Amino acid sequence: MATFYGTEVSSRLMLGTAQYPSPAILADAFKRSGAGIATVSVRREAGSDKAGNAFWDLIKDLGVAVLPNTAGCHSVREAVTTAHMARELFDTDWIKLEVIGHMDTLQPDPFALVEAAKILTEDGFKVFPYTTEDLIVGEKLLQAGCEVLMPWGAPIGSGLGLSNIYGLRSIRAQFPDISMVIDAGLGLPSQAAAAMEMGFDAVLLNTAVAKAGDPALMAEGFAQAVVSGRMAYDADPMEPRDMAAPSTPLIGKAFL
Amino acid sequence: MKITVNGDATTVAATTLADALVEMGYGDVKVATAVNEDFVPASLRATTELTQGDRLEIVAPRQGG
Repeated sequence: MATFYGTEVSSRLMLGTAQYPSPAILADAFKRSGAGIATVSVRREAGSDKAGNAFWDLIKDLGVAVLPNTAGCHSVREAVTTAHMARELFDTDWIKLEVIGHMDTLQPDPFALVEAAKILTEDGFKVFPYTTEDLIVGEKLLQAGCEVLMPWGAPIGSGLGLSNIYGLRSIRAQFPDISMVIDAGLGLPSQAAAAMEMGFDAVLLNTAVAKAGDPALMAEGFAQAVVSGRMAYDADPMEPRDMAAPSTPLIGKAFL
Repeated sequence: MKITVNGDATTVAATTLADALVEMGYGDVKVATAVNEDFVPASLRATTELTQGDRLEIVAPRQGG
């Protein structure tokens, strides 16, 4: 089981709740995924139409843990205020901390991220920082009080997969005891499996499922890939080699 | 008084945040609030006085990734 801030989660797949064709398809995708954690956000309530209430009822019915985000925040102050509003709305001290530094890539601003993580940790939050594979930023986030790191696979919504395998392998090896989630950029189940084979504790994705032609089917595909990838990691895979090594014994072969 | 609510110029008769929320129809809606970019917890809404020109943000649960 994956553990985040002392909470055990049975599924290693975390799923976003945005961009689905309908609430019913969202619910179906979650059921097929078996995901135990759903990411959510806070946004301006338009009038008193209670759209937020309806969405919240839908999420509660899923029976999953909720991880609110600070998506779209570009400054420390914005992220901290958003986190506080999310904590009150969703009644959880978990926060997926996003402080965006670049519009085209949605790359996190590592300096603001570390500063916001420190403030929020001191305010009693359990911070899940959306970060890059940078080792120094990872170290600073841990020093700020984070017990989880969430390095990106690729830019949010890109579906490019694991764009820096070396960097991700390095950060996994650098902090072997820290729960680590590949967050963002995954497009296919094979990419999720690859992340799990590398020893990451979980993957978090949204667009790859929500924008698939059949979101529920893709959700199940990712779920199976995550399980398979983790099994491979736990099974201690063989070392690759450059030259062939016959698997069928040569001894006993007939002389013909 | 004139305040800004979620980016829109708005006139409210209420003088506290709690009364303003009721006046605008948010009385029984699950929302969180910030005034002038600072979070105001629900427990402090009744004692939070609004003044002319305040910037009020009212947010609710939404889909997110």
